[in-house]
Amino acid sequence: MRRSRIGVVGAMVAAGALLLAACGSSGNNASGGDTSTTAKAATTASAGSCASFKGTDSLTVGSTNFSEQEIVAELYSQCLSAAGFKVTKKFKLGAREAVLPALQNGDISLYPDYVGSLLTFLKGSPTNDSTATLAALKTALTAKGVDVLKPAAAEDKNGFAVTKATATKYNLAKLSDLAAVSKNLVFGGPPECDTRPLCAIGLKATYGITFKELKKLDVGGPLTKDALEGGQIDVGLILTSDGAIAARGFVLLQDDKSLQPPENLIPVVRTAADKGDVAALLDSISAKLTTADLSAMNKKVDIDKADPSAVATTWLQDNGFIKK
Amino acid sequence: MSFLADVVHFLTTSAHWWGTEGILHRSQDHLLMSAAALVTAMVIALPLGLVLGHTGRGGFVAINLSNLGRAVPSFAIIVLMASIVGIGAEPAYVALVALAVPPMVTNAYTAIRGVDDEVKESATGMGLTGLQVLRRVEVPMGLPLIMAGVRTSGVQVVATATLAALVGWGGLGRYIVDGIATRNFVSVFVGALLVAALSLATEAGLAALQRAVVPRGLVVAPEID
Repeated sequence: MRRSRIGVVGAMVAAGALLLAACGSSGNNASGGDTSTTAKAATTASAGSCASFKGTDSLTVGSTNFSEQEIVAELYSQCLSAAGFKVTKKFKLGAREAVLPALQNGDISLYPDYVGSLLTFLKGSPTNDSTATLAALKTALTAKGVDVLKPAAAEDKNGFAVTKATATKYNLAKLSDLAAVSKNLVFGGPPECDTRPLCAIGLKATYGITFKELKKLDVGGPLTKDALEGGQIDVGLILTSDGAIAARGFVLLQDDKSLQPPENLIPVVRTAADKGDVAALLDSISAKLTTADLSAMNKKVDIDKADPSAVATTWLQDNGFIKK
Repeated sequence: MSFLADVVHFLTTSAHWWGTEGILHRSQDHLLMSAAALVTAMVIALPLGLVLGHTGRGGFVAINLSNLGRAVPSFAIIVLMASIVGIGAEPAYVALVALAVPPMVTNAYTAIRGVDDEVKESATGMGLTGLQVLRRVEVPMGLPLIMAGVRTSGVQVVATATLAALVGWGGLGRYIVDGIATRNFVSVFVGALLVAALSLATEAGLAALQRAVVPRGLVVAPEID
């Protein structure tokens, strides 16, 4: 009881401080008119900054279980906080199978996902036509009371990587090259891989790749990367925006038959929570987020061991979303 | 109800029992890993506990270190070891040995310390050497408690071997870890059920072993003041 009361007081103090901060910054920019908050966001000099959006709703930001997800969820959370929303973070909830139901039943309000993987998960068929893919995604989610906002330019696909030594030994540059030798190779991927069309199922159907063994590790995380470098697996599922590919000298095999669809980052929001400035704020982040940004931030967290929250703050500052 | 029906369906589908991803193969892996860890831990823990109990020296330090070891989560050891020795059986083996040692050291130590001083003095008076007192008097009299430690460790090891699935190894933990990843709760439930059944079977097996090795005269421990 005691703890929770302190927590409530703490949250109120924090919320109050945020409100004050938000009022302070908007006061500086206000031209003194009777403009509504949204109009102000679009017209004042600090347009695009998080504080130029307004909201007081309580929102719970979720994420799946790898570091890039946590970074992007931090971007959303910090910007929403700066705009005055009362943000609760529930990160690392598990794979999509766990996060999407949590979104539907209201345990979380929003989380970042990837266009192609999400549509595939919803039994749709993403193509390279991004407009059609996005429309299909919206249709598939509407019935679930869930909405997707604008996709970012930033993309992160499932990639399949080998070490330089393996690439040289078997003369591998693209996934087609792998089919001939895959029977002798051990693959490491996430536990859900063998049920995924964009993982084991697709590798077999599109490329005819079947491995000697499929070791169930993590989603291109430290286990997979260490096992690949240590030679305990020959091929690993590594996410294409992973800064470790260059840093650890892995060779990403080219997806020459386009198994992986476009995988732009996209905010997925519960329709009930998509009110006021939420969509405009998240769209403004998506508009500036590039794949290079993503790789750079991933490298800072995964290799330089920086805190995802601090890395997100830096990006928001560098891009004019919050003040230094 | 439909959930339980799904569980029954899972367990009655023969494809789920056979092959390298089947229940039989995974149970076998699970048991082999547990047995290897338990035997290794016995080799480390029992001599240590017996000698400490017999000499009465260093017992305080050993017991506290051992209790400290009990407090370290196996989950942390597995993940740490995986980053040192790599994925697979090794990190799980190390963590399970570390889990199994403390209860056995503590119980063996307490068992030997608990043997009546008068009995020990009589044995010494009859001309038995220290080692003979340990072998012929202290160990037989302490066996029920020593075996209780082995049983505790055995059950914990079988239940915890589930964690090996987190670092790319097999065993029954695969049903739980993969089930969580794909939100297949039938698989998670079946995994938990099988691990629980295996733990109980281990307990029963070790109890039978205990009955076989404890001298008949000690089976009903005399509680006379």
